[in-house]
Amino acid sequence: MRRWNFALAAVTAASLLGAVGAFAEADKSIEGIEKYREALKDGNPAELFEASGEELWKKPAGPKNVSLEKCDLGLGAGVVAGAYAQLPRYFKDTDKVQDAESRVLTCMSTLQGVDVSKYVKAKWKSPERDDLNAIATYISGMSKDKPVKVSLAHPKEQAMYNLGKRMFYYQGGPHDFSCSTCHGQEGVRIRLQELPNIPTPKGAASGWTSWPAYRVSSGQMWGMQWRLADCFRQQRFPEPIYGSDVTIALSMFMAATANGAIMATPGIKR
Amino acid sequence: MGHPMKIRAASKGGVTEVKVLMNHEMETGFRKDSSGNVVPAWFIAEVVAKLNGKEVMTAQWGPSVSKNPYLAFKIKGGKAGDKVAITWTDSKGDTRTDEATVS
Amino acid sequence: MLNQTSRRQLLKNGGLLGLIATFGAAIPRLAYAAWNKAAFEGKTLPDTYKAMGADGPKESGEVQLIASDIAENGAVVPLQCVSKLPNTTQIAFLVEKNPNMLAASFDIGPDMVADVTTRIKMGQTSNVIALVKADGKFYTATKEIKVTLGGCGG
Repeated sequence: MRRWNFALAAVTAASLLGAVGAFAEADKSIEGIEKYREALKDGNPAELFEASGEELWKKPAGPKNVSLEKCDLGLGAGVVAGAYAQLPRYFKDTDKVQDAESRVLTCMSTLQGVDVSKYVKAKWKSPERDDLNAIATYISGMSKDKPVKVSLAHPKEQAMYNLGKRMFYYQGGPHDFSCSTCHGQEGVRIRLQELPNIPTPKGAASGWTSWPAYRVSSGQMWGMQWRLADCFRQQRFPEPIYGSDVTIALSMFMAATANGAIMATPGIKR
Repeated sequence: MGHPMKIRAASKGGVTEVKVLMNHEMETGFRKDSSGNVVPAWFIAEVVAKLNGKEVMTAQWGPSVSKNPYLAFKIKGGKAGDKVAITWTDSKGDTRTDEATVS
Repeated sequence: MLNQTSRRQLLKNGGLLGLIATFGAAIPRLAYAAWNKAAFEGKTLPDTYKAMGADGPKESGEVQLIASDIAENGAVVPLQCVSKLPNTTQIAFLVEKNPNMLAASFDIGPDMVADVTTRIKMGQTSNVIALVKADGKFYTATKEIKVTLGGCGG
């Protein structure tokens, strides 16, 4: 079945890329799709998740019965506005580079006394992961319209970036795939979805600045952790552990490459 | 009960534009879950909009309105400070009302 | 690059029609009388029109159906209808190739501008109809909307 899918994918890709005569038609379709995407932007259901994320952020919870409001997302305890646009970053208290979602886990653990292992082990679509997605959506919304400003000044930040770049080009799995197989060239798409060329600033920006995003196909809210886990699944790689270094590294590679681009979070996708 | 709606209402040039996002599954009634069981139908069937307590619009919906429904409409008149209230009732008889102030 | 997600998507989108098709049997009893069960369960356009009291509506240039020519995903298709007809009292959206055509109907009170926007599900490429009642008569605007299936990722 997998083999069949791959063969079909190859044929689909070839017909999409090779059918020069169909380009005019495809351009018209892309124009239509742009109009469709525009119509969705006004009234993005992600706002509903932002609202529930904010509620979770401000509601006392956990064994210590305190809220997450004092969480330090990198701009000081309690500062949410603008924080997402500067993540991932190095945090002294954990001596780690963290993205929004792994940092939230740290705050849940330290501030609220929550045993976060159940959040790490939880399945996608579980209440635990839904909560984390909503919180990440809220945090990201507080950086909307802010420029991406990720630092590589700390050696651990630079190391994380390097690891992310390595992971991006790492080829393996039953289909001998890498992230760059799909996201390492210009002008490629699957059906009508353009594939951002991640190693370029423009491609990285298009990939990085629009997640977390509401997926209209499923009506689900996806944070970057979910997005990346799904990339791994699509490559037939083992699913990375939630909040693990390899996921943060890929985010670091994308975010640093996207530096200066304007956050459009939360986004909306097909 | 349901989850809160997001309501935006803005008055401009004598018209109040109202935009509403509702939190609802809008189940068609024939989707199957991961264990193969049919997920029962469950959708918003009626929406009522009021301006300062006066009904201005009612809507009837079927299950083919999208999940997490979006609705935008325009009311003649209305000014900053007026109250817009939206009430939905779903096929299980569950209902929710949220209110917003016109800006 | 076609993968499990897109396969599921194909199944899901392909299945949507079938799901709606047999929907009638599963409609729970509603707590209120206003919901036009016969109209929402109509399986042909004439039957649906009839249930709405809208026999033989006429195409009218005064009715505008605003939508993109193509929908990236049939699960969410934005539609807007603006009626320039005086005394517009109702606006409804119908999808010709959905097994139950009627998606949503709005009663437009005298305090309303005849201009509503919502989002609906479409099982496949189809004509979409905006049906308007004005001065007791019914008028339509029709537009074909292409529904594409998504690829992977996003």
